This record gives sequence, C-alpha cells and structure tokens, in this order.
Amino acid sequence: MLTGDAQKFYGLLFGIAFSTLLITQQMTIFVNLVQRGASGVYNAPEAEVWVMDPVSRTTDVSYAMPPTALDKVRSVKGVEWAVPHLRAQATVRTREGDLEGVAVIGVDDATLIGLPERMAKGDKSVLFAPDAVAVDDTGALNFFPSEIDPVGERLELNDQRAVIRGVADAIPSFTSTVVLYTRYSNALNFVPGTRNRLSFVLVGVSEGQTPSDVAARIERETGLKARTRDEFAQAGVNFIIENTGIPTNFGITVFLGFVVGVAIVGLTFSLFIRDNIKQFGALKAIGVTNGKIITMVGAQAGLVGLIGYALGVIGTVLFISAFSSNPFFKGFYIPWQIPLISFVAVVIILAITGLIAIRSVLKTEPASVFR
Amino acid sequence: MNTQAIGGCDPQSAICARGITRDFEAGQTTIRVLHGIDADVRSGEMTYVVGESGSGKTTLISIMCGILYPTAGEVKVFGTDIYKLTDTELVNFRLNNIGFIFQQYNLIPSIDAAANAAVPLIAKGMAVNEARERAKVLLEKLNILDQADKLPRQLSGGQQQRVAIARALVHEPRLVVCDEPTAALDARSGRRVMDLLREVAVAPDRACIIVTHDNRIFDLADRIIVLEDGRITHDGKDMPDDH
Repeated sequence: MLTGDAQKFYGLLFGIAFSTLLITQQMTIFVNLVQRGASGVYNAPEAEVWVMDPVSRTTDVSYAMPPTALDKVRSVKGVEWAVPHLRAQATVRTREGDLEGVAVIGVDDATLIGLPERMAKGDKSVLFAPDAVAVDDTGALNFFPSEIDPVGERLELNDQRAVIRGVADAIPSFTSTVVLYTRYSNALNFVPGTRNRLSFVLVGVSEGQTPSDVAARIERETGLKARTRDEFAQAGVNFIIENTGIPTNFGITVFLGFVVGVAIVGLTFSLFIRDNIKQFGALKAIGVTNGKIITMVGAQAGLVGLIGYALGVIGTVLFISAFSSNPFFKGFYIPWQIPLISFVAVVIILAITGLIAIRSVLKTEPASVFR
Repeated sequence: MNTQAIGGCDPQSAICARGITRDFEAGQTTIRVLHGIDADVRSGEMTYVVGESGSGKTTLISIMCGILYPTAGEVKVFGTDIYKLTDTELVNFRLNNIGFIFQQYNLIPSIDAAANAAVPLIAKGMAVNEARERAKVLLEKLNILDQADKLPRQLSGGQQQRVAIARALVHEPRLVVCDEPTAALDARSGRRVMDLLREVAVAPDRACIIVTHDNRIFDLADRIIVLEDGRITHDGKDMPDDH
C-alpha cells in the first residue's frame, strides 16, 4: 500500500533521507572537528608520554617549564628517551604584506621527534639546514596559491628570516592555524620569550614499561604533570567540548534533523493512513487481524526507512568525499558509530510516527467500511 | 464455539438473528437504530435488505456478519453464536465463512487485481503465488483474467467490482455480504452484476445478503426484508405495493 503510493513513498523517503543526512553529516563534522583538539598530540606520534607544567591542559594551553625539567624527566626510571618540545605563537608577514598568526613548534634538534610522521614535500632532514622551517600542508595552502611551490619560499617570522624547506603532512589543528615546524634551537630564536621556554617534554618508555606507569612515576618524582598519549589527546578533545559552544550548536542541528524527520515522516504517515483508512477497514472486515496489519505497515515502513537511511548515509559519504580536497575537511572520516546512531534515530522516528499513525487503524471499526 | 440453538431459529438458516437492538451514542443522547429485530437469512437464497437511508439496514447487516456488536440480541451464522466468540475467533470466523463486497470496492490501490482478489487467501496463510493462481481462476470465471496484472486505478468501475466479487468469493465463503453492489452502475450493468452474483454466490449451502435501495433489481431477489426506522415492516418474496 505504502510503496504503491508514489507521493507518500517519496515523501517518506525524503523525510528519512534528509533526517539521516543531517544527523550523520553534522555528527561526522562534529566528531572530526572535536578530534582536532588532539591533533597536536597525534602529530608527534613517537611520544608515548607528554610531560608538562602542572597547570598545562592541552597542547595549545600550556605553561612553559624551566630547561631543567628535561633533565629531571630523563632521570626517571623507565624513561627511554626524553626530548624538548616547544609550542608558541608567532607572526609571519606574508607575500602580500599581511600579518598572519602562526604556531611555531620546536622539535628535538638531534632526532626531530615531534615532527609529524610523514612529509608531503621534502625530507625531515631538511630541517637541519639553517633557518629551515617546514610548514604544515594546510598552512601551505593558506599561505600560497596552489600554483606556487612553498618549498624555498622565504618568510619573515617574528622579524627574522625563515626558509620553508619542506611541507609536513599534518593533521590540521582545531583552529586551522598555520603551523611551522623547526628545530628546537631555531624555535628559541624565532620566538622571543621569558626565561622558561620549554612547553613539553616528550618521552619514550623503556621496553617492558607501560606509558601509564612511567607517567605516574614521572609525576611522583618530578612534581610535573605527565599524561600518556591517549590521555593527553582526550584532554585536548575534552577541552574543546567543555570550553566551546560547538557541542551545543551541533547538538541543536542534530536535534532539528530528528525533529524534521519526525515532522515530515509523521505527516506523510498520517496522510497515508487517512487516505487508506477504508482499505484498512475492509481488510479488518474480511478477517485480517490488527497484528497482520501492523506487520504489513511495519514491513513497508521498514523498507522505506532502509532506503531513506541508505540514501542519507550515501549523501554524507558523497559530501565528505566532495570536500576532501578542502583543507578544512582533510582527514575527515565517518566513524562507524555515527551511521549506527543515525540508524537508531531512523528507527525511533519510524516507531514514533508509525505508532501514532497506526493507532487510528487499530481503532477503526470494520463496520466503518459500510458507512 | 457455541452452536446452541437460539429460540425460533430454522436449523437451515444461514443467519438467525433474534432480538437485535443497537444503540449509538451521540453526545449526551442515545439513539436506538435497531429495535429488537428478528430476522433469518436462508441458504440457497439471495436476500435483499432494503429501506430508506437511516432505516438501519447497514447496521443490521454489519451485526449479521459479525463486524458490529449488537447492544442486545443474538446472531447465529451457520449455527455459531458469533458474538459469544472471542475477538480473535470472530475475526477468524469472518475470514473462513464470510465474503464482503463493498460499495466502494475498497481494493488496495498498490497491488494488482490478482493480488487484491487473493487477499483472503493470503490472510489465511496461503503462499502468495498459490493464492494468486487461485484468484486468477475466479477472475477468469468473471471474464477479467486479462486484467489480472493491472492495478485498480487502471481498471474501469465494472472491472473493479468484478475484482471485488472475486475477492469476496475466492476463499469459498458460505455467506456473501454485499453493500449496494449496483449503486454506481446503470440498469443493464446492475442486472448483469446481480446475475453474476446469483451464479457464483448462491448455492444450496451458501447464502447471499444484499443491502440495496435500487428498485431496478428488486425482481431478482428471492426474499426482501424491508426496514423502516429500525424495525422490519415486510419480509417476503416481493416488495410490498406501497414501496
């Protein structure tokens, strides 16, 4: 019955697909965006433990430590290696003469630990050159037109000369700030500051030790704050969730997607039932039980729901794919939990609207067909 | 199932109704539509229930075929006191024993003629393909086999009615109930439908009850029950002269 009524069929399909698209797409953007709060941690993949001043909270909200902190950490049992890591803000004068705020990350001079795992252009060793910096790939797109190769370009970084020698393949930061990677000693020159400049100490743990044990030991013995990679990544995510209006905004959109779904599907369902109430009455008179009618309508609604849901998810996939070349969407993916949540939302939408609509069928007396 | 005799019933009656009263609530008012009606419908006969609009004829046949509970009274259909059955038993009783032809046909718009005609069989649990084949046999008898794969909207009014007749008969019910079967037809088509119904729905062990106020077909009835204001005023082979 439902699938045979083209108008209602497509109405339901549109309602479900639109609702699924809105819920899935918005949740996907939200999750990916929020996860960028952890990008600073995942861009330094070798570090198993992050050590910082006790008041530091995330890679972007940190308080500098004295240089002696590095030696303290190195002296803790279970620490295989420990390297300095500097994160600071600086200003770059662009080719057009504009000023642009950038993040400067100083990685270990000897090992280059703290750099992203891969380079999009050039080799990691390019950072050993004087005044060398590597710009993150998103930043390169922000700074230079696509026809210009950023490698070899000179920058005026905090009034000092810097030369881009490579492009790092990095996870973009939450704020999409341009990031310049350089050696720790270079970073100290590029970024003027106070006596204490060491933002973090990155630690690798010895074989047979767990990062959480080593982190606990570092805290106990140095008085500094130490977090495992996953803990610190989660702290970055939590910071965004707790300190921005993003969850509320996306939550409202997802809720609206649900409400729109209920409204469109509910209205269409009710129209379908109203238009076919005589047929349902006839079926009941003939001897078709309420149970069979519910099963029949439920099966058809389920079919429409599945098709609509599939269209909504496919729409989200196409959306993400279509914008994958946009730096903002770099690395975006759809976690498997999100389609599952959308599916549950579709089931709830169909259940609520279906139950409301089918009540009138259940209440219809078979004798009504004779009236 | 209760098969005890109701007082005064002919054992050969397809339907035996005694003391049927039906009230409807309209706000604070109770309207009595049927006033203690006694009526019989015999097997092998085509019985008409006629009367003006509002006389209670639709209410009476609704009660007689088990789709509307009476306020008082008893109804036996082929010996079964249908209103002493549970709801589920009553639904199954209708499915197994009664075929319906509605004035508006009430075919399901999204399935073809064969599937529409097969609905009672499918509801009884028969496989769809087998039910369709059984329905096609009847559609052939009704001369619309070539329309079997068409949707109701692709059929003329007469063709839809034949599909409705096939749906009413496909499960070989013992009682066929028709509501104004000729209301939308011209005189010639109406008589043809009635001839068809007599041919396929009337048999020694079957009964057919028809609600109508179409005086063009009164001569085709075996028995006519006339209702006025919820009371039977005539029960006989012919219409009374004053109608």
